[in-house]
Amino acid sequence: MQRLLNRRTTLVAGLAAALALATACTPAEAPKPIATPGVEPTGAVELWHFFTDREAKAVDETLAKFKAKYPKVTLTVKGGQDDAKVTTAIGAGTGPDVAISYSTDIVGKFCAAGAWVDLNPYLQRDGVDLNAIAAVARSYTEFRGKRCAMPFLADAYGFYFNKAMFAEAGLTEAPKTLAELSEMAKKLTKRSADGTIERAGFLPLFGFYENSPSHFAPMVGAKWLNDDGTSAIGTDPAWKELLTWQKELVDWYGYDKLEKFRASLGDEWSADNAFHKGKIAMAVDGEWRMAFLKDQAPGVEFGVAPLPVNKAERAGAGYITGNVIGVSRTARNPEAAWALIKFLTTETDTIVDLSNGIRNVPTTTAALTSPRLSADPLFKVFLDIFANPNSGTTPPSGIGPGYQETFSEFLQGWQSGTKKDLAAGLADVDVRVDKMIKLAG
Amino acid sequence: MPTTASQGSAGRNRRSPRHLVAFTFIAPALIGITIFLIYPLIAAVYFSFTRFDMFNPPVWVGLDFWEYVLFDDPTVRIAAKNTLVFVLLMVPARTIGALLTAMLLNAMKRSRSIYRTLYYLPALAPPVTATIAFVLLLKPGTGPVNTLLATLGVEGPGWFNDPDWAKASLTLLALWSVGDLMIIFVAALLDVPQALYEAASLDGAGRWARFRYVTLPTISPVLLFATITGVIGTLNYFTQAAVAGSVASGQVTSGSGIAGTFGYPENSTLTYPMRLYSIGFGNNLFGAANVMAVILFVVSMTATIILLRRFKAFSGGDS
Repeated sequence: MQRLLNRRTTLVAGLAAALALATACTPAEAPKPIATPGVEPTGAVELWHFFTDREAKAVDETLAKFKAKYPKVTLTVKGGQDDAKVTTAIGAGTGPDVAISYSTDIVGKFCAAGAWVDLNPYLQRDGVDLNAIAAVARSYTEFRGKRCAMPFLADAYGFYFNKAMFAEAGLTEAPKTLAELSEMAKKLTKRSADGTIERAGFLPLFGFYENSPSHFAPMVGAKWLNDDGTSAIGTDPAWKELLTWQKELVDWYGYDKLEKFRASLGDEWSADNAFHKGKIAMAVDGEWRMAFLKDQAPGVEFGVAPLPVNKAERAGAGYITGNVIGVSRTARNPEAAWALIKFLTTETDTIVDLSNGIRNVPTTTAALTSPRLSADPLFKVFLDIFANPNSGTTPPSGIGPGYQETFSEFLQGWQSGTKKDLAAGLADVDVRVDKMIKLAG
Repeated sequence: MPTTASQGSAGRNRRSPRHLVAFTFIAPALIGITIFLIYPLIAAVYFSFTRFDMFNPPVWVGLDFWEYVLFDDPTVRIAAKNTLVFVLLMVPARTIGALLTAMLLNAMKRSRSIYRTLYYLPALAPPVTATIAFVLLLKPGTGPVNTLLATLGVEGPGWFNDPDWAKASLTLLALWSVGDLMIIFVAALLDVPQALYEAASLDGAGRWARFRYVTLPTISPVLLFATITGVIGTLNYFTQAAVAGSVASGQVTSGSGIAGTFGYPENSTLTYPMRLYSIGFGNNLFGAANVMAVILFVVSMTATIILLRRFKAFSGGDS
């Protein structure tokens, strides 16, 4: 009996110790105080980014200029990192001083949890004018009043069309409205005798390449979240308009035929991309597609334009997103970290160099109008999309891309025809998203 | 009896130094198990009752995340159902496939080692590479398998692009790389004493009776091992399903970005661990992710206990 009691005592003590460890082994580090104005940054600073190959080289060239400007700062750079690694490393207290993420989806999470520190004190101390940054880029780098990130170049999504196919069909310019897009898509589509799609004018399936609801939302000005952070998907009529248009086009092709056609297409990021191969005549894509086309399909004659829209007053719209950069809460040298971020995101020459090297869109007004910016007529289209007030982005949220993923799940059923009640489906999305947002706190 | 008690007491005293030595030897393993198994398990249970973001101290929220996972998130149910189907499809397919292949190889008189190597080779390929290659082989329209079927006048299925075929395609992939299990069965079959077969033959046992009453009971520990590791492995099935969805959707990507193609097509390949990952790292609901992890542990443990008991009954207690 005594032995049994001893065993129980040992077990309870062990469980209690493990529980105590579980509660104790969670990071909770107080933010470090910022230095007085004019203090020269010194010491070691570590930067993690996700770039590889050509883009990493362009970043390295810019970072060499930072090293020259701040000789007392020792900069260590690690490329090819992703958000999950950064999240885990910061949580474990071993994160980098500075990290660049390719997704604005982490901003809500990192700002709310304080994984990245609030940059407002640094911005105010150094008198940085945030109005010099485009409004859309400002919006996706802050959450609930906390600016924990700065925009590190942006991506603008527009519309690509194959000029040769347009000429063949007697078309001269890109569609400006959704009705025109449907009409042109039908005109440019080729089918075999049994109805199999051989070439799609436009492949309207969500989930295909860059066809996500976030990239299509600016076509109708659809709203994701209400001001109080809850889901607006079920109540904004713009979504219904977009999805009704999309389903009509899907049904014209036939969902099964579209899926079969889609399955025959090459990978988006390879030289077999369907637009490169002339399997689709029109596509929604980011500005980077131009570099891919130049590299992998130089023979393709293409034009670019803003997204087709539902109303004339929304003309010029596109989807905007970008890379974001922030200082980890566990940064060993936040002053040098901030100096690096300030150099990369507020200095015009640096931003222009990065834009010219990586071929992404600069985010400050001065850089956008800089004579040093390499902006050929095609790239200029994306600069205009970026500056257009009708362009939209996906707002930061405490659940990251959870609201987009939940919506996309419904869209799979919607476009395949298994979910037919649009209003009920969208209302259900609202309920699910709101529940997640509430749980995330 | 008093003598026994007295001896017992004296015996324990004499054995104490030996216990200490034994404990010292197993201490490294015990420490490892405590740090890497027991502590994370208890921590996961604790975190499942908290709002936890990996950066701040957890906040106690009671059963909120349990309620969410069990009742409010339909995607968890889809993922759990898919995983159950994978367990029912893959575990028997891999176990029977490996056993049949091993029996076939052992029955071969010539070139046995060459075929053994050939069948084992796919298991050596890294899972990501093997999956990409397999998806491209079965790609509708351009893949060699459907091209070959077309020449025979058969219209091939959509494989990984068709929600009705995607699970079967992943099962085929699992069968293709069955070499790891096959090699264990080859060794087990070689260990079956020939004398037992001879005795069974003398008793008039046919081919099936020899397999049922000699081979199967003898290799039952290996069958048990294959089934338990198969069930646990399939409950944790992630990489192949994630990569297959990504490649088939036409958006090969990596890192966190891969979560965007999880489950393609139409959530048919979304597994329980994939939902666990996306709900935690994607949606920042680490409490819910911990609930899912605890449930997964309980299910794995229960399945293992049930299988152990079943096999024990089947093999007459030898397993």
